[in-house]
Amino acid sequence: MITMKINGQQKNWDGDPDLPLLWFLRDESGLTGTKYGCGQALCGACTVIVDKQATRACITSVSDVVGREVTTIEGLHPTGDHAVQKAWRQLNVPQCGFCQVGQIMQAAALLMENPKPTHDQIREAMAGNICRCGTYQRVENAVRLASTGV
Amino acid sequence: MNILTNPKKLRGFERHIKVDNVSRRSILKGLGLAGGFVLAAPVMSRPGFAAYQTGADKMPHGVVVDPRVFVSVASDGTVTILAHRAEMGTGVRTSLPMIVAEEMEADWSRVRVQQAPGDEVKFGNQDTDGSRSTRHYLMPMRQIGASARTMLETAAAKRWGVPATEVKAVNHEVVHNASGRRIGFGDLAADAAKGAVPSVEGLKLKDPKDFRYLGKGAIGIVDLRDITVGTARYGADVRLPGMKYAVIARPPVTGGKVVSFEGSEAMKVSGVEKVMEVKGWPWPSKFQPLGGVAVIARNTGAAIKGRDALKIVWDDGPNGKYDSVAYRAELEGAARKPGLVVRKEGDVDAALKSADKVIVGEYYLPHHAHVAMEPPVAVADVKGDRAEIWAPVQSAGGTREDVATTLGIPQENVTVNVTLLGGGFGRKSKCDFALEAALLSKELGAPVKVQWTREDDIRNGFLHTVSVERIEAGIDKNGKVTAWRHRSVAPSIASTFAAGALHQAPFELGMGLVDMPFEIANVQCENPEAAAHTRIGWFRSVSNIPRAFAVQSMVGEIAHATKRDQKDMLLELIGAPRIVKLDSVKDLWNYGEPYDSYPIDRARLRKVVEFVADKGGWGRSVPKGHGLGIAVHRSFVSYIATIVEVAVDEKGKLTVPRVDTAIDCGTYVNPERIQAQMEGAVIMGMSFAKTGEITFKDGKVQQGNFDDFPVLRIDESPAVTNVYIVPPGPDTPPSGVGEPGVPPVAPALINAIFAATGKRIRALPIGKQLEA
Repeated sequence: MITMKINGQQKNWDGDPDLPLLWFLRDESGLTGTKYGCGQALCGACTVIVDKQATRACITSVSDVVGREVTTIEGLHPTGDHAVQKAWRQLNVPQCGFCQVGQIMQAAALLMENPKPTHDQIREAMAGNICRCGTYQRVENAVRLASTGV
Repeated sequence: MNILTNPKKLRGFERHIKVDNVSRRSILKGLGLAGGFVLAAPVMSRPGFAAYQTGADKMPHGVVVDPRVFVSVASDGTVTILAHRAEMGTGVRTSLPMIVAEEMEADWSRVRVQQAPGDEVKFGNQDTDGSRSTRHYLMPMRQIGASARTMLETAAAKRWGVPATEVKAVNHEVVHNASGRRIGFGDLAADAAKGAVPSVEGLKLKDPKDFRYLGKGAIGIVDLRDITVGTARYGADVRLPGMKYAVIARPPVTGGKVVSFEGSEAMKVSGVEKVMEVKGWPWPSKFQPLGGVAVIARNTGAAIKGRDALKIVWDDGPNGKYDSVAYRAELEGAARKPGLVVRKEGDVDAALKSADKVIVGEYYLPHHAHVAMEPPVAVADVKGDRAEIWAPVQSAGGTREDVATTLGIPQENVTVNVTLLGGGFGRKSKCDFALEAALLSKELGAPVKVQWTREDDIRNGFLHTVSVERIEAGIDKNGKVTAWRHRSVAPSIASTFAAGALHQAPFELGMGLVDMPFEIANVQCENPEAAAHTRIGWFRSVSNIPRAFAVQSMVGEIAHATKRDQKDMLLELIGAPRIVKLDSVKDLWNYGEPYDSYPIDRARLRKVVEFVADKGGWGRSVPKGHGLGIAVHRSFVSYIATIVEVAVDEKGKLTVPRVDTAIDCGTYVNPERIQAQMEGAVIMGMSFAKTGEITFKDGKVQQGNFDDFPVLRIDESPAVTNVYIVPPGPDTPPSGVGEPGVPPVAPALINAIFAATGKRIRALPIGKQLEA
């Protein structure tokens, strides 16, 4: 039996300990905010925060997060009003929206570590998150807005 | 405005290359809305009426203009508007209901949008593709809104015993100015529902100067909050009680099939419940499943792990030798010989012979995969002769038809629920993934989710075609272009529908080949044969991508050869501001639109070039190693011009400091989403130009994920993208937005690279070509 803490709640799993966290979240726990995009940590759609680190849930197994604090989009902010989420809405960032949860989680982790990232730091931190709709200009502006209020 | 219809028979760009059942009727069901569903009434389809003619009524099931189908008003005043088109990121789920709300004077904050299921008899055509939604539905949605408003006004007038001309709907209320009385929409709903639906012809539409929402861009998309908090529901997010999770191993070569398989190792994987063969159809079979072996499990991760443990012997079938290197040589060979003439004006052979200078450009664009961020996925629940589907499909009605046919059950027994699409780009116009889920659910007697992995998406999709475009331009001694021969060689989308399609279809020829807009005396367009060896499908912008790349690169080449400024050269080639006449083109396909409403207008083409040149600072001086490039292209009956500034360092590293793009899409609804679409088009266009390439060897796709099929990331994206919308003329009909932004991007970028480095790139992607 594996015991994890997800969004502050204890979760148990007695299946395959190598099961990627992504599928445990989505299929076994109903936390479908975290998305599947590539399965190989190439696109960032499945980004969650483990302790304070942005982590790709698709290559992280459930046994890797034993004793750690996993935060998904569902647990990022109690009313969905994290500064990053608000900035995203203010700038109308999403198009199809599918990658946006991963982008938001990545941005939230970046701002935890570096509250005032530069242009280059934003681009570097967000470079692992693909948006096929091409919302990058607004992603960058929204991260800046969330970090500076302007 | 009085635009006559074109008497020519126009070909559709619809999913039905063979429309085999357009006269079906189905039992109509209620919408099942909660609360007071009071405007609902028996469905009645009426012909659309518009001040301008569109091709909407030529689409399967045409247009339904009936407020009782699309609008309901609850007694608490909540207005529910149905979105019958699919949301894949263009904003259509917001824009079309907004049009209804505008005309009915509804307060947007009290409007709920509900997604309509697949039912084209009831809702009209639902194929969300071809950049058609706004241009086909601006007027019908206005009429629906005006109709609902009139019914509410009539009900209020009756209640007060005053003439209907004395009352007016204003912001969710009907007001009687003379007496100062007012009554909310909710209080009128029950009475309004009992009234007659007014005739479309007699409707009074709002004066555009009174618009509160249309053309303003102040309203965010309806799903904005849900997307940012993770509750927006995509196909992959549907969960049903007792649902099984499936992944499928499909034939690695198009047209291949399973010979034998061994599933015992897969069955040992924790969570795997079953291994079973999935029915496949021979190639080509439109959107029917490829077949293969499915692994059924309690979660997707287990199913994937189980699939990895399968041992399958495949018969590769007729395409086992498909090889991209050899195929490119084949296409180039074909492009160097005469082909089927599809447009001819003057005598191009003589003009090329007598030209002072002939410039030849041969442009190659490889296969490309859609890679929408949400890979194909669908949930099906089949019970007996009934099926319910939840899927991110662009074509809800088509999916319903195809599920019914595949399962051999009546269409009335199939419900297709359209979720949000995590990107579409044409991939999700093909519902093979929903058909797979339906087949598996039927076999298993349980709800099933079929999840495609990214590798499945790249290796078993419907790829963008591969093409060689060869242009020969003859120039006289004054620098004037007198001859233009364009040969386009590419396997056709038609090959996915019928074996033996060797020529491109009118809807492909009409995307930048035969509709080439330049004023040149001798023009010949040819289409040599090309056989397909994999599934070819629509990809956002379709054939316009290779065509704009070729034509606009050639403009750059001619400008260089004649020592002219690119923009000046472009304007000279476009010529006088007149409507293009294309009398020599048989079966001219004009995006399904009547030519009289949507002609190729050189004045608009010139204007969009001048607009972007002015706003985007064409001709500004740039630092050493930088260069500017420009391109223009008309597609989906819109006009887009783009300027790209590049910087190429001494190692050949390419960056893009700035992009300026201008769009003339006629009358528009939501400028904020137009801007978003143009920003995104720049990114997708750059992916085509820079990195994206799908290749085959021994019949198999050689790429599988974002490591070997990279798409543009934020650190490579332009530092700034500016978007300008050309103000429309007073009577300009609406035109496409979702697709037309992409085509000019690659050629503008390539022309900019030439300006910066003197290197002319004729084969995409650029890859390492600048490093040499």
